[in-house]
Amino acid sequence: MITLQIILFSVFAIIAVVTSILVVTRKNPIISALFLVLNFAALAGIYLLLNAQFIAVVQVIVYAGAIMVLFLFVIMLLRPEHEKNFFEENPKMKWLALIVGVVVFFQLIYTIFFGKLSSSIHQNAEKSVEIGTIESIGRGLFTTYLIPFEAAGFLLLAAAIGALVLAKKHFD
Amino acid sequence: MNEIFMITPLLIISGGILLSLIVEMFYKKSEIILPWLSIAIFISAAYYSLLTAYREGVVFNSMLAVGGLVHIFYFIFNFGAAIVVLLSIDHIKKVGIYFGEFYILMQSAVLGMMFLSGAKDLVMVFIGLEQMSVCFYILTGFNRKRSSSNEAALKYFLLGAFASGFVVYGMALIYGAVGSLSIPSVSFYLINQSPSIIFIVGLLLFIIGFSFKIAAVPFHMWVPDVYQGAPTTVTAFMSTGGKAAAFSALLVVLVPVFSNLAKNNFIPLLSVLAVITMLYGSIVAIAQIDLKRMLAYSSIAHAGYMIIGLAAGNQNGVTGIVFYLAAYTFMNLGAFGVISMVEAKDNSHVDLQSYTGLAAKYPLLAAMLTIFMFALAGIPPFAGFFGKYFVFISAIEANLTWLAIIGVISSAISAYFYLRVVVVMYFKSTDSPIDVEPSYYALLGIFISALLVLVMGLFPNSIIQLISFFVG
Repeated sequence: MITLQIILFSVFAIIAVVTSILVVTRKNPIISALFLVLNFAALAGIYLLLNAQFIAVVQVIVYAGAIMVLFLFVIMLLRPEHEKNFFEENPKMKWLALIVGVVVFFQLIYTIFFGKLSSSIHQNAEKSVEIGTIESIGRGLFTTYLIPFEAAGFLLLAAAIGALVLAKKHFD
Repeated sequence: MNEIFMITPLLIISGGILLSLIVEMFYKKSEIILPWLSIAIFISAAYYSLLTAYREGVVFNSMLAVGGLVHIFYFIFNFGAAIVVLLSIDHIKKVGIYFGEFYILMQSAVLGMMFLSGAKDLVMVFIGLEQMSVCFYILTGFNRKRSSSNEAALKYFLLGAFASGFVVYGMALIYGAVGSLSIPSVSFYLINQSPSIIFIVGLLLFIIGFSFKIAAVPFHMWVPDVYQGAPTTVTAFMSTGGKAAAFSALLVVLVPVFSNLAKNNFIPLLSVLAVITMLYGSIVAIAQIDLKRMLAYSSIAHAGYMIIGLAAGNQNGVTGIVFYLAAYTFMNLGAFGVISMVEAKDNSHVDLQSYTGLAAKYPLLAAMLTIFMFALAGIPPFAGFFGKYFVFISAIEANLTWLAIIGVISSAISAYFYLRVVVVMYFKSTDSPIDVEPSYYALLGIFISALLVLVMGLFPNSIIQLISFFVG
């Protein structure tokens, strides 16, 4: 039985796998970084299918948005394409990377196929889905955490004013 | 609806920030009216805080505490900030950072301090800490043309972000152990069971993070460079309001935690922190020629004295810290006020040499600086003496007499470099004493600080009674 969920999952999963392979194989680091953005977006889609709305949104805003912009800035400022390939300079690191990759891979294989699920995992999963919805987060923000929420607004305002002051072009 | 009126001081400041932004946007010469608007906002918030201090309570789902000690802190921050504005009016024009945003950022910093001292939940502690710190990073680097100012801002930002990381990590571990971030539930957790190792590590990380903010040794590395590089009135603000706010947050979190710990394992830790902080600050300050740097090390030493009160952890300790913070705020503001006035356009004339023979040419200014130096050294009848006195008494009550003795030794050492400034001003003469641009606003601010230092030194009992009324 093929449901929409399975189709969507296959699409997102294929995108995620293909892009993550492309991230490590591309020579140009900027192209790698752009594929990483795509990878994050695909992962966000998978989170959404798992009903983890908040994590999906945060994945897009924080990882695919803010952190990748930072990545790109650093790459463009440092201009690593003029430098030698990292692995050519440190050949031993290639083996280290390989070992870490293999260990993580088999760990995941083990937990997915051979690990024992704890008996309460279904209850906990339901609970965590409840917490992760937009409704419950919105309710929390506007009731219990109203004051911290408003205070965070003033924090961002101060940061914005500061950035403008420090970046002003003319200093008369 | 009633809850909204309980936090009126906070509303005044936050409304003030928005109003100042609008003024800044539409009025070309906002630099001229913004200082007065800021003073009005700060004074009304300070006045209202004192007026409603008797109305104690916890509001907004136990996020914020109002009334009592919290409002005493509100008063210290706001009144101190008003004095800083007075000191800044002419100073920022002189050093070429004449922008309206300066005052808006100051208001934001005060708002952050108020969140810190009023917090009843670790989330509020974190947001207040960040709000205050972000404003300070920017104010430190406000003078973009000076490389030392830029360097100081970057250093402060990187180390400050690092310290915030420690604080957040500590909070996360505390949440893991307790299951809640609200401070009452943390103390409730401690009543029922002995703290788990996760909780202890979390609290340790929290203390380490805040040690950065209060400039305790060995987390003090940033202080001399940042205090020296920042515009002088910003340094005044940072070393008084910033320190008072960080201490108030430590009191808010640690006092309920310590009072519910069956066996307080943190006393030796805090005692050691206090000893090395006092001695390091006092001894290294002797070697300083630059007055701003000297006061930076002196501020490290003063943090050490206040940690004594924290280690004692009793009611007198808390009262002593609050009195000490108030006294320290006004004497340090005054001292930095005089320095900011003597400082020249190009940020020179902050070294000891420049003060040679100042008393002959500007007797009033020299007399003011003498009052503040005596007060900082802890010589009666000025406020500094009673601050130290109350803190040391609390240590003796808590069977930490050795800590009080080391405190007395350290303040005897520190008297040397404070009095050296007085000696240079009065007993050395020079053919070419420096010129000081008079600033009547700054002079008014210095006068008010001197008056408060004197009043707090002459009538310490009534102020202590007021504070202990709210502590108890």
